[in-house]
Amino acid sequence: MTAALRCDKLVKKYGQLTAVDELDLEVRAGECFGLLGPNGAGKTTTVEILEGLNEPTAGTVEVLGLRWDRDERALRQRLGVSLQETHLPDRLTVEENLRMFRSFYSKGQPIPEVLETVELQDKRSSWTERLSGGQKQRLAVACALVSDPELLFLDEPTTGLDPQSRRQLWDVILAFKARGRTVLLTTHYMDEAERLCDRVAVIDKGKVIALGTPKELIASLGGDQVVEFATREPLAADEWRGLPTVRAARRSADGIALTVEQLHLALPAILARAEPLGLTRLSTHQATLEDVFVHLTGRHLRE
Amino acid sequence: MNAPTTTSAPSFSPLRELTLARLRIFFREPGAVFWTFGFPLLLSIALGIAFRNRPAEPSIVAVVSPEIQAKLGSNAQFRTRLLDHPGAREALRTGKVDLVVLAGPPIAYLYDPARPESRLARALADAALHPPGPPETVDTPVTEPGSRYIDFLIPGLLGMQLMSAGMWGVGYVVVEMRTKKLLKRLVATPMSRGQFLWSFVVMRAIFLLMELPVLLGFAWLVFGVGITGSLPLLVGISLLGALAFAGIGLLVASRAQNTQTVSGLINLVMLPMFVGSGVFFSTARFPESVQPVLRILPLTALNDALRAVMIDGAGPRAVAAPLALLAGTAAVSFFAALRVFRWK
Repeated sequence: MTAALRCDKLVKKYGQLTAVDELDLEVRAGECFGLLGPNGAGKTTTVEILEGLNEPTAGTVEVLGLRWDRDERALRQRLGVSLQETHLPDRLTVEENLRMFRSFYSKGQPIPEVLETVELQDKRSSWTERLSGGQKQRLAVACALVSDPELLFLDEPTTGLDPQSRRQLWDVILAFKARGRTVLLTTHYMDEAERLCDRVAVIDKGKVIALGTPKELIASLGGDQVVEFATREPLAADEWRGLPTVRAARRSADGIALTVEQLHLALPAILARAEPLGLTRLSTHQATLEDVFVHLTGRHLRE
Repeated sequence: MNAPTTTSAPSFSPLRELTLARLRIFFREPGAVFWTFGFPLLLSIALGIAFRNRPAEPSIVAVVSPEIQAKLGSNAQFRTRLLDHPGAREALRTGKVDLVVLAGPPIAYLYDPARPESRLARALADAALHPPGPPETVDTPVTEPGSRYIDFLIPGLLGMQLMSAGMWGVGYVVVEMRTKKLLKRLVATPMSRGQFLWSFVVMRAIFLLMELPVLLGFAWLVFGVGITGSLPLLVGISLLGALAFAGIGLLVASRAQNTQTVSGLINLVMLPMFVGSGVFFSTARFPESVQPVLRILPLTALNDALRAVMIDGAGPRAVAAPLALLAGTAAVSFFAALRVFRWK
């Protein structure tokens, strides 16, 4: 498969601070690729360099086989961009905003179709300032879709939205991808990455610390179940490693979290050891990308 | 979802859409509409009333003898008050009268030479008490159109309006777009940056064609202020002025990161011209030493050219120098703004 986007040894420094630290990425044509990481990990800086809105200190970027320094105008015709926060003019209507953005591109989608895609037909004549948060965000994505781009950049598209608005946006992104187009999105929501992304790169402190499909990353934990519990008399995490099918053990907020391969074998052994210590709570869940991140960094994504 | 239809013929031009967006945003903001169209009218009404031409006020004269009072009292140029000597001096000292006349002989005038109305009262009283002998003189009162304060004021207000509308309408709006990340979002599209900047110029030109008739029509209807020279020349001067101040507005906005900074810069640029460019009073009031500085201010050039055409009926050749200064300002400021403009 050909690469829609590639960057090598990307570095961005702001004075003493290194925001992006020798980062390599390759996004394949037709996939939805997620950059995953906590706030301040360098996601937005990376994406803005890839979008040609920020200059790297070092490293090379190639988008759709083109380079920003040589082919900027041609490249912009083929990309759709939604920034982390853009305040569209308050007193332009949905349709007027879309017409303005459409006018910059030599080709694109008819506006009624874009409105239908993002389900804003009823709001076409409403001023931007009268839209809800979810509607504003769908309009922002619609402005990126009017050119019918080959590659779509979305920087934290659903941050701050309610669950229903998030699912509506996910449907828009999945429909775009279903047409064989490429998406690069950043998020700090694990469920979003698992739902939308074919592959994700976990970013921390400006570096890629894990790369793969969400399934592969979860599988790298060694088990796909997580058991979390707490006892009145605490016991070190290492004491739990020897139990059947337990692949990893770590301290969590106020207890222990174990990554387990086979719940039916591990759970009786855990209970047998925990009950004499005074078991105060116990829960299990399917391992998620959040567990992967905690496993890799010892920190939670939204810290 | 239906497969999207991709159309390749663009049905709208970017310059048209950008300009339309600017006009729509403006007219949907009642405050902005008032400051652009209503404020200059209110200002011209207020100043027109405050500085309207009044019939000459009589001089107030204190007299100590009834004979003098009888001589001056019959003359409409005087209002007399009969006081005793200390009372009359006290009234002069406190400014309640302009002049004290003592009977004499010889007739004595007590007046304050530092007060123009006091000197005037003395001269008038002297003329009334000692009628001029031969040779005879003839007095002709003159109040011609064009010599009133309002005739002076309206071109100045027009110049001021072109300046503030250009500075705020371009400078402030651009920085607001930058703080709201809209500028960055636009740069992420293939939008031509030249067309983006042109949309502001086109917007200012369209505005001008609305501002001019409103202010000039109002001044003509209410105050009878006419245009002595050519109207097309006046429109041309105004366009060049609008362009020059759009350029300065853009330059001021080219690097400012927030609206407070740009507001400060706009006021810093405009204040010296409000005071020194002859909006409300003639630049001749300033000392000779600062005249060269005042003459190179763009608003001075604009006001001079507007007054020359409106009041004196000057032709294109007579206003060539201020027009060249305005054109130069526009060219230099646009060029400099483009060089230093912060897009991202």
